[in-house]
Amino acid sequence: MAKTESTFLSMSLTLLVISLVASASLGFIYNVTKEPIEKSKAEKVKAAIKVVLPDFKETIVVKIPSDGDSLTCYIAVNGTDTIGYAIETYTDTGFSGHIDLMVGFLKDGKIYNTAVLKHAETPGLGDKMDVKKSDFALQFKDKDATTFKLKVKKDGGDVQAITAATISSRAFCDAVERADKALKNFIHK
Amino acid sequence: MSKLNILTRGLLKENPALILVLGMCPTLGVSTSAINGLGMGLAATFVLIMSNVVVALVKNLIPDKVRIPAFIVIIASFVTIVELVLQAYIPALYEQLGLFIPLIVVNCIILGRAEAFASKNGVLDSALDGVGMGLGFTLALTVLGTIREILGSGAVFGINIYEGDGILVFVLAPGAFLALAYLIAIVNIINKKMVKK
Amino acid sequence: MEYILIIISAIFVNNVVLSRFLGICPFMGVSNKVSTALGMSGAVTFVIVIATIVTYLVQVYILVPLKIDYLQTITFILIIASLVQMVEIILKKLSPPLYQALGIFLPLITTNCAVLGVAILVVQNKAWGILEGVVFATATSLGFGLALIIFAGIREQLELIKLPKGMRGVPIAFIVAGILALAFMGFAGLDK
Repeated sequence: MAKTESTFLSMSLTLLVISLVASASLGFIYNVTKEPIEKSKAEKVKAAIKVVLPDFKETIVVKIPSDGDSLTCYIAVNGTDTIGYAIETYTDTGFSGHIDLMVGFLKDGKIYNTAVLKHAETPGLGDKMDVKKSDFALQFKDKDATTFKLKVKKDGGDVQAITAATISSRAFCDAVERADKALKNFIHK
Repeated sequence: MSKLNILTRGLLKENPALILVLGMCPTLGVSTSAINGLGMGLAATFVLIMSNVVVALVKNLIPDKVRIPAFIVIIASFVTIVELVLQAYIPALYEQLGLFIPLIVVNCIILGRAEAFASKNGVLDSALDGVGMGLGFTLALTVLGTIREILGSGAVFGINIYEGDGILVFVLAPGAFLALAYLIAIVNIINKKMVKK
Repeated sequence: MEYILIIISAIFVNNVVLSRFLGICPFMGVSNKVSTALGMSGAVTFVIVIATIVTYLVQVYILVPLKIDYLQTITFILIIASLVQMVEIILKKLSPPLYQALGIFLPLITTNCAVLGVAILVVQNKAWGILEGVVFATATSLGFGLALIIFAGIREQLELIKLPKGMRGVPIAFIVAGILALAFMGFAGLDK
């Protein structure tokens, strides 16, 4: 087959066809993977709620306001009893930027547990914020933000930072504090 | 050039990462652990094989002057496919690799092979070239990831092999440069010895 | 204050080359001489800032409203490739001396992952608007330039030194980069 000449028409036509084929096939793949992507995201959230709260039957989803933004809050209930609140919170101050966290609060406002949903922190350092990797997150258990200052010790708070990962620890505190503030505002209303 | 030669030269003799020194950004960026290196390598290998095959198929249809943009579109499509598939089926790896998945597009290895090899050779040879180069890249990333994981966090593929925290600096940026420097130096020496024979 | 934080963080603490590992290819490729390093940094700054503005606008006003943000990668790389071409043509017409100085670096920039990397980082950061994006892009390119020029200065001196065989060329360059990265780690904590 002879090589196509480089004329204006042939060049624009080739690029047009290639772009069309590319976007069409991507659209197809996107539709195929859309459901699994959403499913895996939803499953992750579900699993995280189970980690951060004691046993419950079902959850009610509400959006609660936070500094002009809003956070998703899952109210865990057992029939008419409220068990606690799982709040999907975030921070942009991580060592590698954005971190998504799930923080579980009991009815009395005490933190029950935390789970990292998404992060890009350095393996071996910042990723120790994950309960599976170190005991860092355990120190938040059963703490109430009114008596336990959600700041690292370097900043005058009560949180023992991860060794050599102060920035990640600070970011973690920031996300937990955001959830705590939003929840307390929400409950008081 | 024999088929076997096309397939194997990417592993050591013309290893894209260690000898040709291409694709350094992901090599340094994601080699913090062996599994990340392996995952990145395989993702790039997939893109490399597919783009090589497609470029070899359509090379005669594409006018010379728009060949680079056309190649870029082809490569970017496969990268997006990898991105979506990883996100759907291996979300943990997707999050770890993060920014470096879309950056496979600008990995010089892939555009380099499309331009230097696939646009001049047949489909089968191009596929073999993609497999060889891709595996060479994967090998380099996995070895570097393993070294950094052992030294930096005392583990291999996430399994602890000794107590303690390891030498932290190897997980961080400076360790990446230093480990890669020694790896390249060693491969250089081995390669020279082999050529002499 | 927030802008100062972004600037210091992008230039020193999270230096694009030494800590984020973006733009390593030109970092290794054109860092033999301080003068070429200067030219490359100029060209990169130019392209990164324009690319960030255009990709941000395209993302916010075209991709997201049409719900086709899965085409992000392919759109961004095409925008960057065409921008580089355009900049090349415009420079040739408007300022031949500048084109003379930057011209040979321009084609290399398309495959500089710092450009695509910064564009994606900016649209990913939900807290940022276009102004923060531009500040970040400018500071990142300055950080790239700083690392590149320091590195070129060191490599010029290295030429004069005798080295063990295996270490010559690329390996020693990476060792130098590693030591530079170590030095830059000292900046961590600055952005308290």
